[in-house]
Amino acid sequence: MPSDMILLLGVNHKTTPLAVREQLAMGNGYEQPLHALQGIAGCKECYLLSTCNRVEILVVAQEGAQVETHISRLLFGDSVAPEQYQDYLYIYRNDAAVHHLFMVSTSLDSMIVGEAQILGQLKEAYRHAAELKCTGPILNKLLHKSFSVAKRVRSETLIGASAVSISYAAVELAKKIFGNLQNKNVLLIGAGEMAELAAEHLIGQGVRKVVVANRTLARAMDLAKRFNGTAVSLDELFSQLELADIVISSTGAPNIILHKQDVKPIMRARRNEPIFFIDIAVPRDLDPELNDLSNVYLYDIDDLHNVVEINKSERDKEAIKALRIVDEESLKFQSWLDNLSVVPTITALRKKADEICQIELERTLCRLQLSPDEQKAIEKMALAISSRLLHDPVSFLKNTSCKEQHDVKVEMIRAAFDLADKN
Amino acid sequence: MMGEISYLLFQALLAVNCMALVFYGVFFVKQKEKIRTVARLTLLAAGVLQTLYILFRYLQSGYTPITSQHETIVFFAWSVTWAYLSFRWRYTVKNFGTFISLLIFILLLIAAVASRAINPLPPALQSWWLPVHAGIAVISYGFLALAFCGGIMYLLQEHELKSKRFGYFFTRLPSLESLDQLNSHCLATGFVFLTLGIITGSIWARQAWGTYWHWDPKETWSLITWFLYAAQIHQRFSAGWRGKRAATMAIIGFISVLFTLWGVTYLLGGIHSYAQ
Repeated sequence: MPSDMILLLGVNHKTTPLAVREQLAMGNGYEQPLHALQGIAGCKECYLLSTCNRVEILVVAQEGAQVETHISRLLFGDSVAPEQYQDYLYIYRNDAAVHHLFMVSTSLDSMIVGEAQILGQLKEAYRHAAELKCTGPILNKLLHKSFSVAKRVRSETLIGASAVSISYAAVELAKKIFGNLQNKNVLLIGAGEMAELAAEHLIGQGVRKVVVANRTLARAMDLAKRFNGTAVSLDELFSQLELADIVISSTGAPNIILHKQDVKPIMRARRNEPIFFIDIAVPRDLDPELNDLSNVYLYDIDDLHNVVEINKSERDKEAIKALRIVDEESLKFQSWLDNLSVVPTITALRKKADEICQIELERTLCRLQLSPDEQKAIEKMALAISSRLLHDPVSFLKNTSCKEQHDVKVEMIRAAFDLADKN
Repeated sequence: MMGEISYLLFQALLAVNCMALVFYGVFFVKQKEKIRTVARLTLLAAGVLQTLYILFRYLQSGYTPITSQHETIVFFAWSVTWAYLSFRWRYTVKNFGTFISLLIFILLLIAAVASRAINPLPPALQSWWLPVHAGIAVISYGFLALAFCGGIMYLLQEHELKSKRFGYFFTRLPSLESLDQLNSHCLATGFVFLTLGIITGSIWARQAWGTYWHWDPKETWSLITWFLYAAQIHQRFSAGWRGKRAATMAIIGFISVLFTLWGVTYLLGGIHSYAQ
């Protein structure tokens, strides 16, 4: 196993502008990209996560194979020139890959730290990969581990509380503006993870209709389907704003997409019906000055945080605690991986001893005239000798006290016992 | 004898209104359902007492008690109380009762200070138009007072939401939409009564003084008030004036009402100023 490595390649909202992310060849669906990944030479296990804020590929690959280049080409398709890959793409190997995966699953890498949506998306992605038999022993273990790490972070820190309370606060504010939310329309601009969470909360309050506006219509349709709503393209944004009561914006746009002077005429068209903007994008989507217009209420993510009175230093403290858990679990996983290379060596060792016993027993027993009971006793003795002889080298291998020399130990035993083929 | 009963009745209704205010105040702080029920019942009792007091005063004096300062204000308080109770019957606006019971109590306090003497009715007022015209006008003030309270609550709540610093009032005040609805409903009702009050007044004026319209200060100010409300209602339906602007307008309108009621009498005089 030492010749295999875990590789994670991806783009997310931090590294890659939305415009590029949306053009990724792997941005949509799971089946076809996973098949393509399976087809790469040297790729033993693979997994793909695709959300509106990130596309990440996790593979177990043979070292030395040109897997990285193949995957980047698959990921970007024709949308980006190969020279530009490195501007957007991040690549993590082994420990770093494990660590990053845990960061993602615990939402420490999310736009809104602490949101729980990502875990569901991770599980969904894993389900696709598992169904297509893309994952093997290592990724199965690793992904399950990432789920349990996320749960551990959730239960041991207050990181999740802030995200949930943010969407709760959004609902509370909406209620203070509109009273009853039952005949209100919700417009989602962009389809972020947190937007989904907030929308879910609002739907729990029985809003009438959900409209999803997104640059790529396909994504909008996916999300709209989940909420039983309709999808529109971003070009229709202004006409949709005339009908919406609650607007949740979470695009990855680098600049403000809605200015004060855009909204002014809309308010006239709405006959001053109040409108509640929730801007959860980082950086902001909406002009902070919108709040100055009458009957327009704008809250960005910091405002919502203030509402729930979880101050920043406290949030940071929880994030540090979560990070510590991630570090810890990454190390644990690493030692599991290391042990993985010990296990086949021990198996090979035992197999070799068994074979030798078997051959020698056959030779001896056919020459001697022994009763069945006596034969059994001899067989027992042979096995006992071999297993007692093996006991020391096996415990030497299993001993985890000197981890750094793990590979050396395995190599040494393999050489000493001439366990040439490593599988 | 009658005088004493009437005196005690007023003291009682003042006390019960004070209790209603206290209960509503406690409810405002504690937000416990039970206290609200008690407060509502107390206010209802206060409303009944006010009605009894007005009836008593009618029996005592022999005319509709709506001429002297004391009588007018009691009648005003009565109309606010019953406008609220009738409104309450159809809509629920969180903690509205607290603000209303405060307003009623302030009105009654002013009435308590004013002279309670029963004056002989001036000949000009000896007409059945008196209860019709004055009654309708003051009932309209009751509804306009509700809109005023709603407007104040709206401005408070809107300030909390816009400044994003949530103080004491945020959780205790109702949603903006319900306050805006209150504004629209109360203004519509109040405006209908106000219009009727002006029409009946002008008919009475034709009978008593010979012309429909005198440009007497009270009439002029009633007309100004009427235009303020008319403009606001018109704008709500045509241009969608709502929210903060509607709330501010309701407050300005009510200030104009108060000026028509008191300011004109004390500052401008005119033939309409009987209650002195």
